Amino acid sequence: MRIDLEPRPARSLAVDVAAPILALAAAILIGGVVVWLLGKSPTRAFSVYFVEPLLEGWSLQELAVKACPLALIAIGLSYCFRANLWNIGAEGQFVMGGLLGGWLAVATHNGAMQGALGGWWIMPAMLALGVIGGALYALVPALLRVWLGVSEILTSLMLVYVAELALDYVARGPLRDPKGFNFPQSVTFDDVARLPFLAEGERLHLGVLFALVALAVSAFVFARTLFGFEVRLVGEAPRAARFAGFSDKRLTLAVFAISGALAGLAGIAEVAGQIGQLQPKISPGYGFTAIIVAFLGRLSPFGILVASLVLALTYIGGEAAQVALKLPNDMTRAFQGVLLMCVLMADVATRYRVRIRLGAAP
Amino acid sequence: MSPAILELVLVTVVASSIPLVIAALGELVTERAGVLNLGVEGMMIMGAALGFAAAYTTGSTIVGALAGVAAGIAMAALFGLLTVALAINQVAAGLALTIFGVGLSGLLGAGFVGLKRDGAPQLNIPGLSDLPFAGKLIFGHDAFVYLAFALVASVAYWLTRTRSGLAMRAIGDNHESAHALGLPVRRTRFLAVLFGGACAGLAGAYLSLAYTPFWAPGMTAGRGWIALALVVFASWRPWRVVLGALLFGGATVLQLHAQAASLGLPGQLLSAAPYLATIVSLMALSIGVRRNGAAPAALGQAFIPPR
Repeated sequence: MRIDLEPRPARSLAVDVAAPILALAAAILIGGVVVWLLGKSPTRAFSVYFVEPLLEGWSLQELAVKACPLALIAIGLSYCFRANLWNIGAEGQFVMGGLLGGWLAVATHNGAMQGALGGWWIMPAMLALGVIGGALYALVPALLRVWLGVSEILTSLMLVYVAELALDYVARGPLRDPKGFNFPQSVTFDDVARLPFLAEGERLHLGVLFALVALAVSAFVFARTLFGFEVRLVGEAPRAARFAGFSDKRLTLAVFAISGALAGLAGIAEVAGQIGQLQPKISPGYGFTAIIVAFLGRLSPFGILVASLVLALTYIGGEAAQVALKLPNDMTRAFQGVLLMCVLMADVATRYRVRIRLGAAP
Repeated sequence: MSPAILELVLVTVVASSIPLVIAALGELVTERAGVLNLGVEGMMIMGAALGFAAAYTTGSTIVGALAGVAAGIAMAALFGLLTVALAINQVAAGLALTIFGVGLSGLLGAGFVGLKRDGAPQLNIPGLSDLPFAGKLIFGHDAFVYLAFALVASVAYWLTRTRSGLAMRAIGDNHESAHALGLPVRRTRFLAVLFGGACAGLAGAYLSLAYTPFWAPGMTAGRGWIALALVVFASWRPWRVVLGALLFGGATVLQLHAQAASLGLPGQLLSAAPYLATIVSLMALSIGVRRNGAAPAALGQAFIPPR
């Protein structure tokens, strides 16, 4: 058997839009078969995963709250992926942002360090620390690549484990709530150290707005600025970019700093908005899921917005399915992997005509 | 430290380096053919889950090991379809394979969590295995250990001393020239990917059958990624993989002993040591060696045959 790829002469917008949708449908079909093999009802699972979370107000808000970190991280990753650089350690940058920003909240707890200033500056400073923490952490693999030629793939991933262990250490050690009955968590943040909610008594916090702003700004950067063009040129035609005088080293540092900063912002928004304290674990794998979001959204800001909602749905549906169908949480992870494979295959189908010939090679 | 204790420590160093040796050796062959498979972690953990499930159900360690190999091959076949046949970006496809493998292994292994079985039996040659100091170190391991060293020797011989090994290296260095010479680029790459999967599956099965004879979700704990780093560290040479894996195995065991000795260092810092050591060794290597000089020239590039 052999498989031949014939380049398609022209790409149409219709194909570009249809491909991810077909990929999603294929992944849902495969997921249905797996659920059926596990002895559960696929139609019931589909309803629990993809329909019921959309029917109630509170779960729609939950959807936006979960989509927020995914969109923020994924839009940052799209800078790297467009430049053909592989930051796969966004999970670590997310954790570092949350850790550094969260530290300030614990340090200023109950009016400490505030003096006559009051507490108004704490939230902006926390956000700044989150951004800085994520960006610096992302710059480590970038600098190693630029200076020493070390593969950014492996170093950025190794740093995820390091960041998770660092958070585990501070949440159990130096930043643990001394009056917390030895629970491994920090004090609950003061109100001045919490991201404001968009409406009283609701779940939506300001982080959702950050995500929307980041998407809009990035759409502008990619479409209208020289920097956006440079990112794409370095990714698609590195030789041409060098002839044009673009420095790929400077660009490597820039895109890693951007993606780390946005992942760190997502981290501090999660800690200060959603959780309200430091815990040994603050992410259900957002940094890795965001990679899928970036690809499902075809690295475009609008696509990422839609894709972040789809993947957020799998988290919420997954939680519901654990209760309603006794489906383990690993189902969600496996489904996300299948989805990424389907997306990648659909992408091939948009660029090539795939011909399968049975029998021996000629 | 008395010689007897030192011997015991060295035996555990060998044991903890074996999964790295096997997995990295498979990835080395895959990369020598020009394919970067970042799905080692996913293939490995599938091997651990299915290897344990099969061994527990049948009561046979050999069946378990074979099931682990089969699981690795199946995962690798999926990766080969994506990257070799469909020319999909290898980094993205490898990540997908890892995410998928970690999830699926959790699903399939859910019924086997907390179950225990006896570990793989250890070689015991009366007389030889009881020799002071070297006895247990040379003659006291389970079959996986000897298999791993046999694999390294055969791959090293095959890569450098046989015609087909040379052909595969040519494909990894320049697929266009290899294609022009009439070498089957895509078939060779697909087979190299399958070999990598078989090794990763075997390495996973070693973890759940011999190293810690039980299955726990996520039990590979990043070893697949460390194996990937080892290939770079070894400059794509088989025997250097063994050296690197022993160093890492040593660091892991040292770290465990340090935790047990409670030196006052936070346990998390010690747990982070293997990952930090990986980064430092990659740095040291690139300072020492000409940049990317050792990497297969066509590594990571998809090949679409001209028509």
